[in-house]
Amino acid sequence: MGTLYEDIVDYGGEVFGREHMETLKACVQCGKCTGGCPSGRNTALRTRKLMQMALLDLREEIFNAPELWYCTTCFTCYERCPKGVKTTDIIRTIRNLAAKEGHMSVPHRMIGVYVLKTGHAVPIGPDQMKLREKVGLDSQPPTTQKYPEYLKEVQEIFKTTGYDAMIDFDWETMNLRGMEKGGKK
Amino acid sequence: MAESLGTYAYFLGCITPNRYPGIEAATKKIFKEFGIETKEMVGASCCPAPGVFGSFDLHTWLPVAARNLAIAEEMELEIYVTCNGCYGSLQEADHLLKEHPNVKEKVNKVLAKFGREYKGTTKVNHSIVILHDVIGLDRLKEKIKKPMDDVNVAVHYGCHFLKPSEVRGHGSSETPYILEDLIRVTGAKDVDYKDKLMCCGAGGGNRTADTLQSLEWTRQKLVNAIMAGCDCMVHPCAFCHLQLDRGQAEMNKAFGTNFNFPILFATQFIGLAMGMSQEELGLDIQTTTMPEKLLK
Repeated sequence: MGTLYEDIVDYGGEVFGREHMETLKACVQCGKCTGGCPSGRNTALRTRKLMQMALLDLREEIFNAPELWYCTTCFTCYERCPKGVKTTDIIRTIRNLAAKEGHMSVPHRMIGVYVLKTGHAVPIGPDQMKLREKVGLDSQPPTTQKYPEYLKEVQEIFKTTGYDAMIDFDWETMNLRGMEKGGKK
Repeated sequence: MAESLGTYAYFLGCITPNRYPGIEAATKKIFKEFGIETKEMVGASCCPAPGVFGSFDLHTWLPVAARNLAIAEEMELEIYVTCNGCYGSLQEADHLLKEHPNVKEKVNKVLAKFGREYKGTTKVNHSIVILHDVIGLDRLKEKIKKPMDDVNVAVHYGCHFLKPSEVRGHGSSETPYILEDLIRVTGAKDVDYKDKLMCCGAGGGNRTADTLQSLEWTRQKLVNAIMAGCDCMVHPCAFCHLQLDRGQAEMNKAFGTNFNFPILFATQFIGLAMGMSQEELGLDIQTTTMPEKLLK
């Protein structure tokens, strides 16, 4: 484990390219990101401060900041940054690093459960099948939820990357470990 | 029979088919009317949600998106989507995989486990870009049977249709024009309102992290549109639709408000102007109801 900056460049760099992540170093703390942030009007999210905390290596502080999760990834700051700092992708990468150290709420982990069970973050139920028929569509769309053999492919990806372990998914109950209620279909 | 304007693979995602099938029905109907053939992507999954999976594990997000792209490649077709989340995820993944051969190689090692491969031979299109650029405003205009002459529309873009603009390629994210053009072709007026380009509040896992806080953004957005004299809001995103439409029931319950501000996906609005019924477009099976003005 290097500094937080090094971890951001290493981890995010594998997806976005290292140069993309290294733009963090160009931050001059002008605050234009915070000025245009729609979340910042309603929450404690201060994008300028997150960039500063990342550069100052305040790992525990940033991972434990609730406002880290109040960014909607709207990319307004990303578009407007006069120094070309790839703010939104830096925030997503910091969230990835935080999640790997266990900072992930139960509702967020549950979205992973839905995808592991159906291939969809928002699965279909009997009521919605009726709505589909009402507008003249097949009751079930031809996606992973309909075809177990295709769902297996998505599950295979999650196993390979370790997403199942990250959210503490129990393959026997098909739910989060220690959450027996509501887990079974 | 309309002239053929091509065949596309429809990437459904989650919210369109599983919560708002009216968006799916409206888009398929209009495309068919203009000679665009839709093929289903059998075995496609969640895109996966860019805000959520991008926030928790980019290394899982990318192969899941690449698998969906590979399905369209096997069909030898370009994709269209009806959700900015799907657009954000799939188009960004396609861009990154084309830009970075080392990333592509790593992702393909994962896909090879079940015999798939991302090659980089498809293209991800948003349905409203197909409306605007492939069908085009002239053809659209010819099919408008019920002009929306006295209707004031609040355009809502959502975020990932326009941004990041370097990937999306629809010009400046501060001065967009595609939805405005589509609104005007129906005879309706697109009305400027405060914070028109503001996010709906749902993305990036924010809705899941703190639903009430995310609804407060939505409330502000709706108030701004209503105060500007708008009759309805038209947008290109199934996920925004969920937040803006079902969100009104949630905020009425949580905040004691009494919102019923009509929310329409772009193809639903155009469908009404083309003379389709609200039942055909699934506008009668959502939270907000359509006023007479839109149904006349």
